[in-house]
Amino acid sequence: MERRIATRLGDGSFIELTRSEIEADLIAGSEFGAKRSKAAVLGDDEIAHLLDIFASEAKFSAVDLGDEVVLSFDGCGNADAGTPVSDVILYQNHHGADSVELWHHDYSYKAVKTVLSFETQAMKDAQMMVVAPLNYGAMPDLGRYSMPDGPIPNWSELLPLGRIDEARASQVEAGTHATRDMVHVAGAMLEAGADGLDFDTSGAAGDGDLLATLNAVRQIRAAWPDAGIEVGMAGECVLGMHGELEFEGRRLAGMWPKDQLVVATAAGATIFGPAVNVNTTKSVAWNVARACTIVKPCTAAATIPVHMNAGMGVGGVPMSAYPPTDATARASRALVDILKVDGL
Amino acid sequence: MARMQITRGMRLTQAKEYVAGKLGCSLRDLADPVAMHEIRGELGLGRIPVQDLTYPNEPGALEAKFHIADVLDVPINSVGCFRRRAGIDG
Repeated sequence: MERRIATRLGDGSFIELTRSEIEADLIAGSEFGAKRSKAAVLGDDEIAHLLDIFASEAKFSAVDLGDEVVLSFDGCGNADAGTPVSDVILYQNHHGADSVELWHHDYSYKAVKTVLSFETQAMKDAQMMVVAPLNYGAMPDLGRYSMPDGPIPNWSELLPLGRIDEARASQVEAGTHATRDMVHVAGAMLEAGADGLDFDTSGAAGDGDLLATLNAVRQIRAAWPDAGIEVGMAGECVLGMHGELEFEGRRLAGMWPKDQLVVATAAGATIFGPAVNVNTTKSVAWNVARACTIVKPCTAAATIPVHMNAGMGVGGVPMSAYPPTDATARASRALVDILKVDGL
Repeated sequence: MARMQITRGMRLTQAKEYVAGKLGCSLRDLADPVAMHEIRGELGLGRIPVQDLTYPNEPGALEAKFHIADVLDVPINSVGCFRRRAGIDG
């Protein structure tokens, strides 16, 4: 009888699987990801390597010496240590962060615009005290511009009524507002000394959300040639809430990470962050194999650094407020070893 | 490496080779806290102050970023802002 190995589900809870069951999960996760994204399944050697990682009973797993990657932290400027500025110093000094980020608790460029002077003052103060690159981050958050939170007719209400043209027009109009807000905040933050901007969970509201972000990135790149710009995604496939939006002739709806990377690079991003969401009912091994399969064509084609989103419910890391180290370490190592990512 | 990725869009291998070349160290040194502690001190790139180790006579955060910009030959926005607002030439 095969020995049972402690591992976890995507919700973070412990389960016990045999080595054969873990291997079967790795193969199934890869096949599932390949079928949806039309990528190639992982090779036998890659599955074998992942099996060694996930069948180990060690508490922790890590990359080989020399294979270390850059660790960027979005949303690390909490107030856990008293103030957001204290937090970024804490992440730099004690958490080993290679780059840090200030952010507002209402993590949306639209919301930040209303408190921009306070946020830029915090950025200016923090830049005096931090050596590591310090970005400012928020979500493009296109949904905020729809009624009742914003001025634009709500496309999520229009679509079920069959008012397709109006729903599409609403998203385009909302996008112009979102782009303007993102560029406005970016300009103020760069004037305050920010090293770069992070557009986190881009595409969360679908293709209109991503288009607004790409348009903002293009304007920022044109105005500030040396600004760092990270485009991080909300999920593995861009939802077609509009369905017909294009960036430089490429239809955004239905894009998978490799094509997302292409448009982010074309817009002027310096870092791209693919995101693959976690299935909480499947094992971490299944989820990691699926994530690796979906993102592998992206890292293979990249000309800019790829920082895979790896945390709380993305990149194979369990969907938990306190992701367990054993699972986080395994997922992180797997993403580096298999995908050759430039950072996490 | 993070600066070269953020500002120049360098992929990891290229960024490691670039930074190691500028610092005059090996690739292994880049992730070695023992080696980097000495290198950062020698080049004025900023050390991390903790309870037992403080460096009042060495460059602080923004001061260190002036050196990082020079050593890595990369623009650092906060350094440029400081120069403009302090009226420092160069």
